[in-house]
Amino acid sequence: MLKEKSDLNRATDTPKRFNFIGQSVKRREDPALLSGHGTFIDNIKLPNMAYAAVLRSPYAHAKILNIETSEALALEGIIGILTGADIKNQIGAIKPNWIAGDIKVPDHPALAHTKVNYVGDAVAFIVGETRDVVQDALELVEVDYEPLDALINEEAAADVDAIQIHNDLDGNKAGTPLMAWGDYRQAVEEADQIVKLRLENNRLIPSPLEPRVLVANVDVFSGKTDLYIPSQVPHLHRRWIAETLGWPEHKMHLICPDIGGGFGAKMHLYIEEVLVCYASRHFGRPIKWTESRSESHLSTHHGRAHTQYLELAVKNNGQVLGLKLEIFANMGAYLSNMATGVPSVNCTYFANGNYNIPHYFAKTNLMMTNTVPVDAYRGAGRPEATYLIERAMDKVAEKLKLDPLEVRRINVIREFPHNFYDSGSFLECMDVARDRVDYDGWRTKQSEARKQGRYIGIGLINYTESCGMAPSEVLARIGFDRGGYESAQIRVHPDGKVSFATGSMPQGHGHATSYAQIVASTLQIPMEDIEVIYGDTDAVPMGIGTYNSRSMAVGGSAAKICAKKIIKKATKYAAVLLKCDAEKVTYRDGVFTNPEDQTPSEVSFAKVARLAAVPHKKPEGETPGLDEIYFHDPHAMSSPNGSHAAVVEVDIETGKVKILEYVAIDDAGVLINPMLAAGQIHGGVAQGIGQALFEHVQYAADGQLQTGSLLDYALPKSDMLPNFKTEFLFTPTKTNPLGVKGIGEAGTIAAPPVIVSAICDALKPFGISHIDMPLTPPRIWKALQNATIQSKTGEN
Amino acid sequence: MSTHNIEITVDGKSYKRTTESRKLLAHFLRDDLDITSLNIGCDTSQCGACTIKVNGEAVKSCTILAVQANNMTIETVASQATGFTLSIVQQAFQDKHGLQCGFCTPGMVMTTLELLKTNPSPTEDEIRESLHGNICRCTGYHNIIEAIKEAAQQSQFQGASSC
Repeated sequence: MLKEKSDLNRATDTPKRFNFIGQSVKRREDPALLSGHGTFIDNIKLPNMAYAAVLRSPYAHAKILNIETSEALALEGIIGILTGADIKNQIGAIKPNWIAGDIKVPDHPALAHTKVNYVGDAVAFIVGETRDVVQDALELVEVDYEPLDALINEEAAADVDAIQIHNDLDGNKAGTPLMAWGDYRQAVEEADQIVKLRLENNRLIPSPLEPRVLVANVDVFSGKTDLYIPSQVPHLHRRWIAETLGWPEHKMHLICPDIGGGFGAKMHLYIEEVLVCYASRHFGRPIKWTESRSESHLSTHHGRAHTQYLELAVKNNGQVLGLKLEIFANMGAYLSNMATGVPSVNCTYFANGNYNIPHYFAKTNLMMTNTVPVDAYRGAGRPEATYLIERAMDKVAEKLKLDPLEVRRINVIREFPHNFYDSGSFLECMDVARDRVDYDGWRTKQSEARKQGRYIGIGLINYTESCGMAPSEVLARIGFDRGGYESAQIRVHPDGKVSFATGSMPQGHGHATSYAQIVASTLQIPMEDIEVIYGDTDAVPMGIGTYNSRSMAVGGSAAKICAKKIIKKATKYAAVLLKCDAEKVTYRDGVFTNPEDQTPSEVSFAKVARLAAVPHKKPEGETPGLDEIYFHDPHAMSSPNGSHAAVVEVDIETGKVKILEYVAIDDAGVLINPMLAAGQIHGGVAQGIGQALFEHVQYAADGQLQTGSLLDYALPKSDMLPNFKTEFLFTPTKTNPLGVKGIGEAGTIAAPPVIVSAICDALKPFGISHIDMPLTPPRIWKALQNATIQSKTGEN
Repeated sequence: MSTHNIEITVDGKSYKRTTESRKLLAHFLRDDLDITSLNIGCDTSQCGACTIKVNGEAVKSCTILAVQANNMTIETVASQATGFTLSIVQQAFQDKHGLQCGFCTPGMVMTTLELLKTNPSPTEDEIRESLHGNICRCTGYHNIIEAIKEAAQQSQFQGASSC
C-alpha cells in the first residue's frame, strides 16, 4: 500500500508529457473553416449532377383532388417529377424511431397522395438540370386542393368538437403516456396549499445556419448508394433510409462532411432523404437537394410547443410535497422521429428538476395538429421540464411570500445518488451563482432603483439533466428503437501514428480536437499523431451519433477504453523487444520500459507499432497488429447540473428588456476542453435567451406560417445579447471512466427560466407574476397595461 | 430569360462568363464559378454568411445580381491567409474560439475586416452593432466579440493594414 502511495505522489509531481485532458487546446478544425475551405454539402458537385426541388402544400389541411404535371414536364431542363402515386408502393411510410408507450402512429407517406396535413407537406419531387429550372417548375405543377378546416393549437385539438386530422386517431391524440412516483393524492392531503400554474412553452425553429442539403448518387450497376447528408446520426440515418426504401443497408454509404450546425434538427428521418435516393436510382443521375431558409421553416422540424398545467401541493414553510402535471404536447401533422418521447419521457422524468418532490403524477397528451412536425431541439424535453419547475418555484415563493432562493434551498436535493442523478453539486452551484452575481447587492440596487422608477429584476434558477441515454436495455423499456452505446475504433499504423474513428458526429462541436485529446492522452503520444475520423458509414464502425450531450460521456469513454486495450496489447509486443515478461513492462510518455537493468531498457510506441504491423516476432498466442474496436454501452446516464443567474432591467414605457448580467455556473464533471465547454454554454444560453425574449413560431388560424422567414422569425443577433460570465464546478461522474457529464444542452435548458424569472421579478411591483414566452416588448407592455399597479416605488 | 456576358475578378483570378440576368452574385460565385468560400444561410439577406468584398467594400453577395458585379474585383475569405498562415483576424477567431460550425465564419471574417478598416479600435457596443447583419447560431457571439477585440489589438500592434 505504501509503495502505491509513493508511486501516486511521483506521478503527481511529474505530470505526464502527453496529457491533454482539461486543456483548452485550440481547434484543428478552424484553419480550413476560417479560410473558406469547409466542405459543406452544398459545395459538393458530382459529375452529371441534377437538382431537385420539393413542391409543398400551400394549405394546412386539404384533400388532393388532382395533380397535373404536364406543363412542368414540358419545361426545358426538367428530367422528371415524382408524385405520391408514383412512389406509393416503392417507398415505405416515414416512421418514428421512438414509440414511448401505447401510441398510435398515423400514416406518413413520403409524398402526400390523398390529403395534405400542414403547410409544407410534400406533394411532388421535381428533378431537373439546374437549381433554377426546378424552382421554375414548382410554379407549373397544378394541384387541385379541396381545403379543409385546420387545427393549430394543441389544446384546441383536444376539444370534443374538434375536427379529426387522421382517421385512425380519435380526438387527435397519438397517446397519453403517464408518469408517476409516490402518491400525489397523499401530497394533497398533507399540503397546506395548492399552487396552480398554466405555462406555454413556445414553439421554436432550431435554425442551424446551414439549411438541410443532400446529394445522392446511386450506382445502378452495383446498387451502391452514396448519400451526402448533414446527419447528427449517420448510422441511424443509414438504417432508417434503407428500411424505408427497402434497400439493403450494406449498399448504403452515408457521408457527412462539415455540418453547419444541427441542434437536433439534423437527426430525424425526413422525406427528402428517401426521395433523393429513390430519385437518383429512378432517373439514373446524381441529385442534389438544398432547402432555402424559408423552405426550412416549413419543412425542418420545430421544437418545444407545449401547453402545461401544473399543480403543486406545498407546506406553508415552502416544502413541495407533490407535483401534478398535464402536458398538451403539439406533435404537428405527423409523428416525427423522437417526438413522442421528448415530452412524455425527457420532460416528465425530469419535471422535479433539482428538487425533492416525493409525490408526482404526470399525463402527456400527444396532440396532432396541422403544423410542421415537432421533435427534439437542443435540450429536448429538459428545457420544458426545467422551465416548468423553476416557474413553479417562483410561484410558490410568491404565494408564500418567501424569497425565491429560499424556496429552492428548502427543496433542493442534497444527497447523492438520487433518483437518476449519480452525483451533483446542486446546492454548491446555487451558492456560487448567488455569490458571483452578487444577489444580495442587486437586491439593494433593485430597491434603490425602484425609488427612481427603474425596474430591475434578479433571477436565479437551477437545472439538471441526464446525458447519454443508456444502457441499451433501458432504451428498449421506453420504446426507443436504438442503442445507447457508442463505437470507437483505433488503427495503429506501422509508424506509430493512429487513425481513430468514432460513431459520434460533430456539427461544430470540435470533435476532431476533443477526441484527439482523449486518445492522445490515453495512448500517451502527441495529439498530432492522432487523426480523427467520423461521418462516413463505410469507414466508421456502427455508432449512434451526437445528440443528448452524449459524445464525450459515451463516445469519449469508448475512445478511452479502446485506447487502453491498445496499450495492453502493445505492452505484450514491447516485452518481445525488451526481452522480458510483459507484466514487468511499464508505459509512460510514449515509452515502454523494462525496469530490470538490461539492454534494451526502453522502446518507443512507434517501434512497438512497427513490430506489431510486421510481426516477425509475436508474443505467444497474440494476433498481428494493435488495432482495436470497442463499443461502449454505459451502465447509467450522467447528470450535469448548474445554476444560472440573470439581472435585467425592464423599461416599463416600452416593455424592452436589457440583460445587465448573465452568470452561468455549470458542473459537467471533468471537462475535456474547457474552452469548447464554455463555447457550448455561450451558444446554448444565446438560444435559450432567444426562446425567452425573441423567438416564436406564429401560425394564423388557417394554418399559414406567419414566421416563414428570417425576416419574421427573430433569431438573436449580436446586439441583442449580453456577455456571459461562465464558471465551472467539477464533480466527476462515476458512471463513465472519464468522469465527464455532458455540456451541449445546458444553456438552452437554463436560460429561458432564469430570464423569465428575472423579468417577472422586475415587474413584481405591478403584480405581474408570469408572462408567457417570448417576453417581447409588446407582451410585456400589454401585461403592464393590464396590471393593477400595487406600488411604483417602495418595496415589493 | 435574358443573359449577359460578364467579366469578374475573384481572389485575384479573372473569369469571363455568361449569366442569366436574374442570377444573384452569391449563386453565380458558388454555382457558376465553384467558389465556395462564402455560404448561403438564408433567402432574405438576414444571415450575412455570403458576405464578400466587392471593390473593397463588404457586401452581402445575395443582395446584388451577378450582372451588377461586371468588371468588379471581388475578395472572399479564401484570399485572406498568406499561404497557410492565417491573417490576424482569422488567427484571432481561432485563438478565441470565435467559431463552432464555421458556416457563418466567412461572412463574420469579412465583416470584421470592414469594421476594423473604418474603426480600428471599436468598443464592444460598436462591434456588436457592426455584426447586426451577420447571424451566428452557435457561439452566442461572445467569443466572436472577443476575437474581434483581439484582432483590433493585434492589428494596432502590427499596423492597421495588416489585418
